[in-house]
Amino acid sequence: MSNTITLETIDYVAILAKLDLTPEEKLQAQKDMSNMLDYIDKLNELDTTGVEPMSHVFQVTNVFREDVVANGDDSAAILGNAPASKQGMFQVPRTVE
Amino acid sequence: MMQESTLKYTAVELSELIKAGQVKVTEALDDVFAVIEKREGLLHCYVTLEKEKAYQQAEELQRKIDRGALVSPLAGVPFAVKDNLCTEGTPTTCSSKILENFVPTYSAEAVKRLQEAGAVIIGKTNMDEFAMGSTTETSYFGVTRNPYDTERVPGGSSGGSAAAVAAGECFAALGSDTGGSIRQPACFCGVTGMKPTYGTVSRYGLVAYGSSLDQIGPLAKDVRDCAAILEVIASHDPKDSTSIARKDTDFTKALGRDIKGMRIGIPRDFFELSQNGSGLDPEVAAAVRGAAGVLEERGAVVEEFDLSLVEYAIPTYYTIAAAEASSNLERFDGVKYGYRVPGHEELHQMYKKTRSQGFGSEVKRRIMLGSFVLSSGYYDAYYLKALRVKALIKKAFDQAFARFDCILGPVAPTTAPRLGESLSDPIRMYLGDIYTISVNLAGLPAISIPCGQDHNGLPIGVQLIGDCYCEKKLLAAAYQYEKSVN
Amino acid sequence: MKQYETVIGLEVHVELATKTKIFCGCSTAFGGAPNSHTCPVCTGMPGSLPVLNRQVVEYALAVGLATNCEIHQYCKFDRKNYFYPDNPQNYQISQLYLPICHDGYVEIETPSGNKKIGIHEIHMEEDAGKLIHDEWEDCSLVDYNRSGVPLIEIVSEPDMRSADEVIAYLEKLRLIIQYLGASDCKLQEGSMRADVNLSVREMGTDGLGTRTEMKNLNSFKAIVRAIDGERARQIELLEEGKSVIQETRRWDDNKEYSYAMRSKEDAQDYRYFPDPDLVPVYISDEWIARVKKAQPELRTEKMARYRKEFDIPDYDIDIITGSKHMADLFEATVAICHQPKKVSNWLMVETLRLLKEKGLEPEDISFSPRHLASLIEMTDAKEINSSVAKEVFAVMFENDTDPVRYVEEHGLKSQSNAGELMQILEKIIAQNPQSVADYRSGKKKAIGYLVGQAMKATAGKADPGLVNRMLGELLS
Repeated sequence: MSNTITLETIDYVAILAKLDLTPEEKLQAQKDMSNMLDYIDKLNELDTTGVEPMSHVFQVTNVFREDVVANGDDSAAILGNAPASKQGMFQVPRTVE
Repeated sequence: MMQESTLKYTAVELSELIKAGQVKVTEALDDVFAVIEKREGLLHCYVTLEKEKAYQQAEELQRKIDRGALVSPLAGVPFAVKDNLCTEGTPTTCSSKILENFVPTYSAEAVKRLQEAGAVIIGKTNMDEFAMGSTTETSYFGVTRNPYDTERVPGGSSGGSAAAVAAGECFAALGSDTGGSIRQPACFCGVTGMKPTYGTVSRYGLVAYGSSLDQIGPLAKDVRDCAAILEVIASHDPKDSTSIARKDTDFTKALGRDIKGMRIGIPRDFFELSQNGSGLDPEVAAAVRGAAGVLEERGAVVEEFDLSLVEYAIPTYYTIAAAEASSNLERFDGVKYGYRVPGHEELHQMYKKTRSQGFGSEVKRRIMLGSFVLSSGYYDAYYLKALRVKALIKKAFDQAFARFDCILGPVAPTTAPRLGESLSDPIRMYLGDIYTISVNLAGLPAISIPCGQDHNGLPIGVQLIGDCYCEKKLLAAAYQYEKSVN
Repeated sequence: MKQYETVIGLEVHVELATKTKIFCGCSTAFGGAPNSHTCPVCTGMPGSLPVLNRQVVEYALAVGLATNCEIHQYCKFDRKNYFYPDNPQNYQISQLYLPICHDGYVEIETPSGNKKIGIHEIHMEEDAGKLIHDEWEDCSLVDYNRSGVPLIEIVSEPDMRSADEVIAYLEKLRLIIQYLGASDCKLQEGSMRADVNLSVREMGTDGLGTRTEMKNLNSFKAIVRAIDGERARQIELLEEGKSVIQETRRWDDNKEYSYAMRSKEDAQDYRYFPDPDLVPVYISDEWIARVKKAQPELRTEKMARYRKEFDIPDYDIDIITGSKHMADLFEATVAICHQPKKVSNWLMVETLRLLKEKGLEPEDISFSPRHLASLIEMTDAKEINSSVAKEVFAVMFENDTDPVRYVEEHGLKSQSNAGELMQILEKIIAQNPQSVADYRSGKKKAIGYLVGQAMKATAGKADPGLVNRMLGELLS
């Protein structure tokens, strides 16, 4: 295995991804990610010097909407799926201040 | 007049009979629900069934059809929709615990267009969680079984849609295809599935997995149905910035086209892959070559060539798809909709516990990988590198399409594997996507059509890949093939 | 003690004056019930997709060109990923790799002459929602009405050396943007917000010290106090032989101290990547030329024109053009009543007094040019006297009341009928022989008492100047 992903890296990525992994899951993630990165490293066989990264397949540009109000008050429907709401707002744990 | 089951008809045939007054919409529904009654318990194609709503819709549609106000080729046809397409008032779960109770307030553009054309949506089909998987085994709601052999997977991620069409639990279905998720289950279940050119069908209302790769498409009984459905759902949608304005979406017109002189290329590299034990099954190889032979008999010019870069598609795909997915799935956090961990947790604990309990292991695996390849210090080496290789892959296809009208190959290296066989080794599972994935990277259209069975009686599929906007060539070739073998 | 120099760079967020949000058709209007200006897009519902508001690009481009920026003619949007409840998708759509504008500058005036403050870049992005803390249930509540409101972030070079320069830079930016009509730039309402990046270094050295970023600065005064406070804090650390830590700090203006915003859950690794849901923006040469051509008169040009067109003092010109809203009001009123001096006078004296008294900014002026012009016309025609005019103006300032109607309804019209007034004055003369005698014997001040009586008798409606003159004539 050429990619050695440490458990510290797994912890760090889990913070970014907002996932809470059990010790077993961490070990599994370490193994899975190392394997995947080894596999992805295959791409280094290709010389991509001077190749522009392609995010969109098509060269479409300038897709706009005009600045016209199109939506009305839809708050009841928007809040309909909230796990917790109060006074027309989404209720969440206290944000740190 | 009581008659034999309408299920022997294709969607287009059924609609013609309905419009001719020979079959009632409710009769078609009766037939579909009779099969569901009998087989759904074992097959589990659906996450949600909307029987009552379906019959209500049916009556309304029947009235419209009776007064001649609805003449679409899909009028009155019972449809299934993959559960990652939003449906107003009907749960849309992506087969995930985290969206178990989510009821959208809007319908996906493709679903809307289908309903406007008079289709009856009877339910939402099972899938791999958030479309991440090739077997429909990663669904939070349990596996879907292959109607040909219930000990085998239907493929994925649109496994529920494919199995429902194959079993007669609907006449046709919508699926989504990010790396083969329409074509591969269509292949495993012996139905026809099509992924259109990126941007042809609006993604508005499709719960995103890999936004630059996702496309919605049909799973149906034959090529004509596919063309008719695609014609209905293709649109230029101002709500989707990546939606393309096309004038050539009259796909059914292409069906009668002659294919004499059509240049079909077979990538030699498709048949020579055998790394990591993912070799092409000889029975599949033979059936696919057989299909090429049939097209040759109809006048096509078939030639082998080297496509190149085939083995780089999978690592490229998994880097890009995982990166986009890690960001797309951030919105599932227990704040606005879906599952939230019970109890009073501190904010970040709430996020972490909600997501850890709400997502299954394959989804978490891809979120972790995606977060890593975008993280500081790795972005260039992994993500940008993958986007550069994607450009090379696109170029390889451009070169191929300068020589050929279509590329022909397998859909998957094998027929449907047994339940539980694939999940143990993720990379091995990913390798099964080798023939479908590069199509998404290059934004191309492709169709999967049945071309035989293996010694176990399991369906084999052949894939035709076209250049961007060349669906009509694919449909013409596929239709000619279908006519020749039936 | 060593001499230190402060090095300051600013990140200024400006809410653009579009009618709708940056990626959906929801209104950007202030107020409204919580979440009443939201839709699937700006609340991050599954399956929703963003579509860019063309006007956002127009405004960003106009600001960039007015601040001497280069334009990235091919620009893209990137996702900035971080979890927070005010951010419905848990990523903010912003621009990192190819921001719309870069490498510009504005010029500010300093005691030692004009100085260029470099602009590193200007990028377009979406605003977050609002969090409200519920003390009763010890939780927070989220309102997404502001989520998706378009912002531009103007990132300066670390070119400022004092709080004065920072304020001059902000004033300059504010005027440019207001004149372009791209934003009203109200600090208190948050339509203009500044984060301060500050470091100190020993005088005479070249390298940059470790900087901190201060947030939550919502007035010019708070910015000045925060700069002074942070400069002192950093110097103290260095003097004690400690080092400054690169971090984000939150300024508490009540306590006049900043606090580190640190959490182990904030990795500050935003994993930016191009948003696959949006296509690139291509800004053609023609587009740039069109925006340049459509650029409205900016402040310097306006000041020059005022000097030529209107006979008002430079001091007045400076104050009036110091707010786009006031300048607009001035010009519109003059266009109706053709009395630049009088209009300027109303703005310079009564308007500024009331603004100060009520703690408002010139942008908050709500009376209409039509009504100010009417008031001036009534005074000119002697229909009302100056003290009535001031009283009416105060009401008009409050709620844009029509002065003509107000004067009529409250019976405030001047006693202008000369015959009627003459009778009243004759009566007063007859009733106050002592004052008359005093006046005639040379105590000219005695007329004041008689004028006062006349005003009383007319319930303040007579023109005191006229009364004075008529009394003088009657008594001579």
